[in-house]
Amino acid sequence: MEAFRPQVDFIARHRVAAVVVFLSLFPLLVPYQALAVNILIFGLYAMGFNILFGYTGMLSFGHAAFLGTGSYGAGIAIVHLGWPWYVAIATGVAAATAVGMVVGFLAIRARGIYFAMVTLALAQCVYYVFFQAETYTGGENGLRGVEVGVIDLFGWRLDFVDPTVKYYVVLAFVAFALWFVSRVLGSPFGAVIETVRENERRAQACGYDVARTKLVAFVISAALCGLAGTLRALHLSIVPIDSLHYLTSGLVVMMCLLGGMGTFFGPFVGAATLLLIEETFTNLTRHWQLITGVVFMACVLFFPRGIWGSILHWIRREGR
Amino acid sequence: MADVNLFLLQLFTGLALGSVYVLLATGLSLIFGMLTVVSFAHGAFFMVGAYIGVYQYGVTGNFWISLVVVPLVVGTVGLLTERFLVRPLYGRGIDYPLLLTFGLSYVLIEIVRIFFGVQGIPISTPEGLRGAVNIGVGHFPLYRLFLIVATAVVVGGLWLFIERTRFGLIIRAGARDPEIVRVLGIDISRVWLLVFGLGTAIAGLSGILAAPIRAVTPEMGIPVLVESFVVTVVGGMGSLAGAVVAGLLVGVVFSLTSLYAPAFAETSIFALMALVLLVRPQGLLGRAGLMG
Repeated sequence: MEAFRPQVDFIARHRVAAVVVFLSLFPLLVPYQALAVNILIFGLYAMGFNILFGYTGMLSFGHAAFLGTGSYGAGIAIVHLGWPWYVAIATGVAAATAVGMVVGFLAIRARGIYFAMVTLALAQCVYYVFFQAETYTGGENGLRGVEVGVIDLFGWRLDFVDPTVKYYVVLAFVAFALWFVSRVLGSPFGAVIETVRENERRAQACGYDVARTKLVAFVISAALCGLAGTLRALHLSIVPIDSLHYLTSGLVVMMCLLGGMGTFFGPFVGAATLLLIEETFTNLTRHWQLITGVVFMACVLFFPRGIWGSILHWIRREGR
Repeated sequence: MADVNLFLLQLFTGLALGSVYVLLATGLSLIFGMLTVVSFAHGAFFMVGAYIGVYQYGVTGNFWISLVVVPLVVGTVGLLTERFLVRPLYGRGIDYPLLLTFGLSYVLIEIVRIFFGVQGIPISTPEGLRGAVNIGVGHFPLYRLFLIVATAVVVGGLWLFIERTRFGLIIRAGARDPEIVRVLGIDISRVWLLVFGLGTAIAGLSGILAAPIRAVTPEMGIPVLVESFVVTVVGGMGSLAGAVVAGLLVGVVFSLTSLYAPAFAETSIFALMALVLLVRPQGLLGRAGLMG
């Protein structure tokens, strides 16, 4: 590996470009485009979650609340208000950010293991709120008719129904999010959140406002998950009530850990792995979740670094 | 008068509902107080308990046997879980056992789906516990009264066990300082094993007790897990008295809002939790700093 040291360093320095190049070629590796779009969206969802779990060290079990709020925000803007798609995306992200502020404000009062329980409970509360606001959300049936046929970009018309076009439109947003996350992590704030993860008390003693740092990380994370939610609503043309479900919160935890928590590219690896497991085994057995559960437990027990994290660890050790 | 009676009846319904929460939160709290592990599989153990109980009831036609068989079987599953899955994770950070038990809940739900199908299975109220009795303010279903009594018996027994027996003394000491207990020559890992088994056995028991008033489906444990977390946060983690008070409180809040403001029934308990978090983040009877 020593021979490739300069190349590895080069990729690490240009991580955003490297991931975007990889993701541009990614559809060639996947059986069909709709799955590729799904992986991209869930990768973004897991990346947003990773800021909180991987980098700040806070395990939330309620991130479906932000994915779902993003989806419903965009969906309601399109279906009930008739707003254009880009306003819908902004609405969804704003809604998710607002919910993130409220949930975050309450949840950061609970520390350690309490935090996971409180986020889970508050997300369930969000679930019930959307479930009962049937007039706007369609209740149990989900919000139907989030149709965006053509995307009008300064007179340049893109056919959003074509899966390939859809993939690259979503990728544009993901590329923006990757750049944003890379900047956040590279900033002094990024160093502070990692300090909070490593030693909360010491961060406090160094004069950092830990509570505020946690809240800001929480809200950034919620906003990114909200963005993933808005894209998912446009992709599926429906917002299923499952978007807000406990298992959707759990899914992102699994993706993040399986891919490698606290790594830049890991969330995408985790999302791809879980969705490909689902894709492969749904045709063979309806009990594919058994495999997901076992794989995840094995990961917790034997590979806590996750797939990408283990690869990085191996490269670094070889390089030394 | 009629309004007052309706209120009191609904209050009793809340206590019956709360009884199930009390049992669930007691099991969670017991495990957490000893092992500092939050079991995300607690809802799944509840569900497995309900299924084993309903199956047993169907085979023998005797509900009372279930009350013995279910805790034994589910408790054994709990023992195996602690020994082979949770134990390797001690000392590796507080999140890992939580994540593992989350994965385990997936597996348990899927195993039950394989054996009993994805649809729920029906259970009738056990013979001898059907009908209603007059409790002074009106007629109250006998089974719900039985739930309250059964919970009181289990929690009372548990309290005597922890406060009045030698093994209970070890549990209390271990919750305070496992290191010293180990120095005194007690195999603390065996105590942890038994406490985990006991906590899961109680979860299984509450599953079969709740089965006649809830629908028995593979997913029944999910809302239950969330609700028992709400109870634990309200009551304070690791406190048995907190589990009892908060469990009953949450049950009563839920049943009274379903009477007076049905649209807010589901969200009311979360509002209660949010209020407790704002005013007293460590929970009503929790000790500050325990969670640190």
